[in-house]
Amino acid sequence: MDFIQNFPFFSILLSLGSGVLTSIMDKRMARLWNTFILVVITVLSAVLFVYMLGTREPYTFMMGHFPAPWGNEIRAGVLEAGMALFFCLVMLFSLKGGQEHIDAEIEDTKVNLYYIMINLLLSSLLALIYTNDLFTAYVFVEINTISACGLIMITQSGRTIEAATRYMIMASLGSGLLLMGLCILYDITGHLLMSNIKDSIAYVYAQGTYNIPLIASIGMVVVGLAIKSALYPFHTWLPDAYGYSTASSAAILSSLVSKGYIFLLIKIFFRVVGFDIIVDSKIVNILFVFGLCGMIMGSVNAILEDDIRRMIAFSSVAQIGYIYMGLGLGTTIGIVASIFHILSHASTKSLLFIAGVGLTDASGGSKRFDDLTGSGYRNPAAGIAFTIGACSMVGIPLFSGFISKVQFAEAAVQNSLAKMLPTLICLAISTVLNAIYFMKTVIRLYTPVSKKTKKTQAGEAARASVREHPLYNISLVCMIILNVILGCCSQPIVDWITDGLAMFG
Amino acid sequence: MSRLLSEEEYRKTKAFKIKRWYRGDKDPYIGKVELKPQKPFAEDFSSMKQRIHDEALLKRKIYDIEHNRKLRAFSKLYSAISVVFVFTLIAILLYVVSYLPPVGNPANPDNNEVARKYIEDGMADTGAVNIVTGMILDYRAFDTLGESNVLFIATCTVLILLRVDNRSKKKEEEENDRLYEPKNDIILQKVAFFLVPMIIIYGIYVILNGHLSPGGGFSGGAIIGSGLILYVNAFGFKKIERFFTQKTYKWICFVSLLFYCLAKTYSFYCGAHHLETGIPLGTPGNILSSGLILPLNICVGMVVACTMYAFYAMFRKGGF
Repeated sequence: MDFIQNFPFFSILLSLGSGVLTSIMDKRMARLWNTFILVVITVLSAVLFVYMLGTREPYTFMMGHFPAPWGNEIRAGVLEAGMALFFCLVMLFSLKGGQEHIDAEIEDTKVNLYYIMINLLLSSLLALIYTNDLFTAYVFVEINTISACGLIMITQSGRTIEAATRYMIMASLGSGLLLMGLCILYDITGHLLMSNIKDSIAYVYAQGTYNIPLIASIGMVVVGLAIKSALYPFHTWLPDAYGYSTASSAAILSSLVSKGYIFLLIKIFFRVVGFDIIVDSKIVNILFVFGLCGMIMGSVNAILEDDIRRMIAFSSVAQIGYIYMGLGLGTTIGIVASIFHILSHASTKSLLFIAGVGLTDASGGSKRFDDLTGSGYRNPAAGIAFTIGACSMVGIPLFSGFISKVQFAEAAVQNSLAKMLPTLICLAISTVLNAIYFMKTVIRLYTPVSKKTKKTQAGEAARASVREHPLYNISLVCMIILNVILGCCSQPIVDWITDGLAMFG
Repeated sequence: MSRLLSEEEYRKTKAFKIKRWYRGDKDPYIGKVELKPQKPFAEDFSSMKQRIHDEALLKRKIYDIEHNRKLRAFSKLYSAISVVFVFTLIAILLYVVSYLPPVGNPANPDNNEVARKYIEDGMADTGAVNIVTGMILDYRAFDTLGESNVLFIATCTVLILLRVDNRSKKKEEEENDRLYEPKNDIILQKVAFFLVPMIIIYGIYVILNGHLSPGGGFSGGAIIGSGLILYVNAFGFKKIERFFTQKTYKWICFVSLLFYCLAKTYSFYCGAHHLETGIPLGTPGNILSSGLILPLNICVGMVVACTMYAFYAMFRKGGF
């Protein structure tokens, strides 16, 4: 066994242990240590990714002295390593971009608790990516949920506590459904290890003895994870949670937490149940319909919104709809498009949240559109970054959103007519709606301030020059670069995802 | 009155005291119990105005079903849909359960080689007589590591929500702590005096015998935690702070979780590379046996006990 194959194990244990370690640190030390750990894990994941691209051979890693069906096991392939690398990068950039706000908005004595949450969130994301065991996945889903809740309510205002309560209720419902689904799966297969479950499900499905519990358990797992990742009718917790928490939290929640669950769902599709059975069970069609609804309704709600942060949050609902629509197409190419959209949306949405907070700072802290007029001039870096993020979301070529839309369209035309038409129509409508609200915002950012508004209080506060931390600008640049890389060099990335999915089976 | 003793001597005996208490001449609480009566409710004019305004707004926007048709339709639809939803869910689940494999049937899918190995080789592999402990702390130790971190992060979240760090506010909470419960309750103190040591010793017993008999870190920790809560209820925060403060809590949690992480990292690493850990399993049935399980049980137990106590203290006065 090569030494590099230890890296997934090291990354999970390192972030888990540093969460514990952070509990005795003070504010500055906690921040430094967190940055250090993030960089180390990013480097480890990058090395593993390069190594995996070389060997192209997925491997399992025994956690303990006992081989797989008895002990725990993690598994790494090309897709897992790449996802881990990408998640670490996005997390690093969002934390550094919002660092000023973390310091300003959180009580001094509680900053180290924030970094505990971040460390454990990272470890749970990594464990969800690498795990080969359904119960391990469930345990880390719990950690993920609780730490996300902490991230929401660490800025203690009424709205965030309300948002955290809503999130807790919905997420508990999701966890409960997931757990029930896993219990039924265990009852009819007798295993918790993903590859063993897949074998026995294939056997059980061929025999036809337990088809009803099987379908029900798949349904519960899918609905549970869909609730947790805010698929359209279950999205009510999302706008408040993203709209009022601190900027880094919003960026991390929207780009990583919900994506971790979706990745787990894809993993369950391919590694636990088997994609043929999933398609055969017609559950994908339900996801397809809800995904389409989400694409339209999320955008409509975003248009009606008068608060920039909540608008971006509703845009997340629409983008989650895209991802589920891709899953619902029921073809491998649709899944590839979905995974690409996970990457594209994660990089873009974190950029938008971080840029958005710069713009609101330049407008005296107000998030309302009237006060944001002309803020693109007052904070040029944030203005440019927001424009780029908006272009990417709408789907302008050069940026990542364009590629994912092309991917979705390609996946749609290879499908039957019954799915192709709605997909293409909804893609078109949703793109237009996206353009309406994002371009409206961009135009407002670059509208010069009229004399009348200058005199008002918000204008007064806005004119005070904002000097952002250099770290803020650096992280914005990094996120833009990530976005452009996804948009311009998409072919190798799509190839990598396709290969990774093939290794999943 | 007594015939054998003089009046003065009789007054000193226990029998007299008990009799006096029984007749109701003396209340043992008076002069001993520290009780701060709650102040009558009073509010200043501006907050009252705000409250009345809020209540009117709430009534108009949310509860005024008479004049708001849309709201009335919505609330009716909402309750109808929720009832339908719940009953559909119950029906689906019952339907599914009726198709599950029957309980206790040896041909069930979950009676497979996994469970068989746990039962047959469990003692030889892990050195633990209690198979369940062997499973959660040795076979599937990674899950349990995650599980103890769930506890840790849950306390951290409660700390975020409830810990009071502001000094003046802290003092206020300290004062208000007396509002809800009397302190120095003699009956409670006498009972706790006997019960607390026994509860804590029983908890320690459950933890230390986790690998031999039913029990283990989670249950034993919960028992110790309840003992601590009883102690603090009877004797107050000042007494418990002589041996258990926020700092102690922090360090106990830190040391035990870190030890857990490090020990398991070592054992996972050795396991994955097929190396010997060098930790002897000992004779099954002895207290010092089963390798890492005993120290890990102690760690889990300490974390659980601290978590229980911390939750209680946080909810009571936002710190300890």
